[in-house]
Formats: sequence, structure tokens, C-alpha cells
Amino acid sequence: MTTTSPPTRLHSFKPINFAFGVAGLALLIASFNAIEFDIFEILEGGPRLTRLLGQMWPLNFPAVPRLLDQLWITFLMAICGTSLGIVISLPLVLFAARNLTPHPIVRFVVRTFISFCRTVPDLIWALIFVIVVGLGPIAGALAIMMDSIGFLGKFFSEASEEQDVGPQEAIKAMGGSRLDVAMSVVLPSAMPAFTSDALFAMEKAVRASVILGLVGAGGIGMELKVSMDLFQYETAAMIILLIFCLVVAVEQVSNRLRGAIIGGH
Amino acid sequence: MRVKSLSLTFANGLKLFDGIDFSVDEGERVAIIGRNGAGKSTLLRAALGMIPRSKSEGEWLYGEPMHNISGRKRRRLLCQVGFIHQRHNLVPRATALTNVIHGAMVRYHPSFRVWNQALAPAHLRDEGMELLERVGLADRALNRASALSGGQSQRVAIARALMQRPKLVIADEPVASLDPVAGEEVMELFSRLVAEQNSTLIFVSHHLPHAVRYADRILGVRDGRIDLDCAADAKSIEELGNIYGDNDDDDD
Repeated sequence: MTTTSPPTRLHSFKPINFAFGVAGLALLIASFNAIEFDIFEILEGGPRLTRLLGQMWPLNFPAVPRLLDQLWITFLMAICGTSLGIVISLPLVLFAARNLTPHPIVRFVVRTFISFCRTVPDLIWALIFVIVVGLGPIAGALAIMMDSIGFLGKFFSEASEEQDVGPQEAIKAMGGSRLDVAMSVVLPSAMPAFTSDALFAMEKAVRASVILGLVGAGGIGMELKVSMDLFQYETAAMIILLIFCLVVAVEQVSNRLRGAIIGGH
Repeated sequence: MRVKSLSLTFANGLKLFDGIDFSVDEGERVAIIGRNGAGKSTLLRAALGMIPRSKSEGEWLYGEPMHNISGRKRRRLLCQVGFIHQRHNLVPRATALTNVIHGAMVRYHPSFRVWNQALAPAHLRDEGMELLERVGLADRALNRASALSGGQSQRVAIARALMQRPKLVIADEPVASLDPVAGEEVMELFSRLVAEQNSTLIFVSHHLPHAVRYADRILGVRDGRIDLDCAADAKSIEELGNIYGDNDDDDD
């Protein structure tokens, strides 16, 4: 029999960890209190939900041709916004990626701009562009563009930084400039990652473009808001179903393309 | 080319080189030898101004200094130096022909650049194909570099360096990553092509028979200084091996 006694049960116990645990629990309780969370109140909403679902049936099929038009505009809005985001993000990489930037201060400034684009929610960008360019899909496309710059600027830069330094050094050693390194080494090497990121941005943009309509940025979202406001729940349900189909279709196509690109790589 | 008072001090204050002098005449073929870690590759990189903390009062091509000059001027000088790395350092997703054509981009004014064979003018594509033919890889022109073997990749890297039409070719252990048979083939080809272009050649070699066979002159690096500067045939491989060979040289 061993004479060594077992270690204490709470051998990793530290007062600071305990304090963080208690603080986290207190924050959680305070949060539920602040939103006046009441499970019985939620259960009381059950019959109202059933009534709403009943009002959504039968779906408004005659409105489908008109809704498909709006859905198409929503999709095109996402395509335009993402494409503009890609076109603007690519040159930003030359300044934001550590291996390509001319100076750390330039990198800091460009990275800050990219972070700003990302941290402002797309709904806020949409509100701003609705004021600037008026109601309609252009405001939505510009909002998606800003959001895509924030997303793609970060991911394109990170993908550039992850590329093998050997070929980059070879181009520098033969007197190549930063632009030469970017165009001849980084861009072709990081292309699969760039394409994959751009497809993610596209999926994200399609989902966002639906919501943007709620604040007047055009597309199917505007139709959804009008239907809800006018209690036309059967039309709203049809819109939700069409949005679901669009998002799933875009995700499927995007997944297949991504698989083909990564597989080809 | 004249390297004068080359020094290199690391961030921790350690001096690797202090006042190294050597010169290489036009058309000469010079091998730099030394034990592992003697600083052979670092010496070349420092002389080219590629290591930030290095200093020298020397002159490179056309009497131009390589240190204390602007980045733009250094790039202009480096355009005339074909550098062949230990590892081929090709762009893996680019084709062999595109990689070769990359060598030509620095021959032109920065406002005209060629980054891909598909967009290159016809005369550059022809020149690239001719070089690929000379290194025996014309039939692999449209293969991605990632699909080539180590020896084939290093041959493409040689073609890329020659595409620069360099006045000086610098090779940092060009066959170190290859098996002995491929290494011998590549070294033979490399030496012949450089001679055909009348370029000056400086190569670092860990393999003493290569140094003796392919160079006119040998520089030996030991303890951070050049302590041997002689004609390639002045010393036998055994003599060189006793001073500059590593214990693992038996398999060379």
C-alpha cells in the first residue's frame, strides 16, 4: 500500500477563478432579470402562435410571380454588393497584409478602416445609405458592399499572410516590388482561399439582403415588412418560404463550388 | 564586384562577420565552401544587402554600393542578379512557364509587368519556352510547379534565373535538397547554361567535389572570416575536406 496521500480534491482551485465564476453567474442572472424573462408568459403565447400559423395558411400562391421578381432583385443586390466588396477589398490587401504593406502605420490605418466596416452592423449601413441614396436596392447593395469589405478585407489579408514566404523571397531577391510579389506569388497562391471567402461573403450577403429590405433598402425584405404591417400573414409566410429556398439554394451552390475549388487545389 | 569591410551584427550584439573583403571578376566562377553553420549563405545574403543589420563599404555591379541605398535602387541592382535558392521557391500554383516568365518581369520598367504566361507578350513566351527546352522541361510547360519533382522544380528555378539575363548568378546550395543523381544532373546543367550566358557565377556548396569541379576559384569560410582564397585546382578534395568538410560528408 502506498504511503503517498492523494492530492487535494480542488487542487486547481484559485480564488480569482472562483471570483470570475461568481461574477459570470451574477451577470447571467442579471441579464434574465433585465429582460423580465418569464417562462409562463412565453407559454401563454402558445395559442397566439397557433393562431398566427393558422392565419398563414393557405399560402398566397397567386402572389408568387410578383414575389419572385422581388426575390430576384434581392439576390442581385447581394451579388452587386459582394462584387463591389471584393473589388475594393483586393487592393486593400496590398496595404493591410503584413507581408505586403509598405509600412506598419499604413497597415494599422487600413486595418482600422476594415474593422470599422465590419463592426458597424449592416442594418446601420443600410439606414445610412437609405438617407444618402434614397430608398431602394442601391442602398442595400452599398450596405452589403461595406459589410463585405469588413469581412473580406480581414480574411483576404489573413490568407495573404499565411502564404509560403519562400516564393515571395525569390521574387524580392530578383528585384521584384511589393506589387510583383502580390500579383505573381500571393494572389495565385491564395486564390482558393480568396474564392472560398468570397463565396462565404456571398452567402452572408444573401441572408443580409433579406433583412435590409426591412429598413427600406429594397428587395423581398420590403415586401415582408409590408405584408406583416398589413396583417397579410399568408403572403408573409409565402415570402419566408421563398427566402428559405433562396438561402438554401445559394448555400448548396456555394458549398459545391467551394468543394470543387478546394478539391482542385 | 568588390565586397569590402562587410560586417554583420545580430540583435543580441553577436558579430558573425567583421570586415570581410573579397572581389569577383567578371565571368569568374567562384565556390564558397565551409562547414555547416559557418555562415556561407549568410555571407552572400549580407553582401547583397538582404539582411537588414549587415553593413559594407563594398561595391557591387558597376561600382554601385549595396548598402545604405534606397529600396528602389537595391531592386534595380538585384534585377541583374539571378538568385537560385536552396529550395526552388517556385510559385506552386503557377505553371512552369509562368514561373520562368516571372524572371523576365524585372527586366522591364515597373510600369510594364508580366505576372502570368497567358498575358505575356509572344516574344517572352517564346523565350520562356526556349529556356524550358534547354532545361529539358518544354513538355511540362503548362504543368503546375506543385506537380513537378524536386529536380524538375530546381531546373525551372534555373530557367527562371536565366530569364532575368543576369550579369551575376548566385546559387545558395542549389542541389542541397536533391538526391545525388538529380543533384549531379542539375549542377552540370546549371554550370553549362551559366557559362553559355557568360554570366559571373558565385555558388555556395556543401559538396566539395562540386566546388572543385564547377568553380575556377574557391573561397573558404571559417569562424566568420574568409581564410582560404585559391584556384579550384590548387587543393585536393581531401585537403579541403579536412578543413571545411563536416563529419557527415562521408555520404557526399
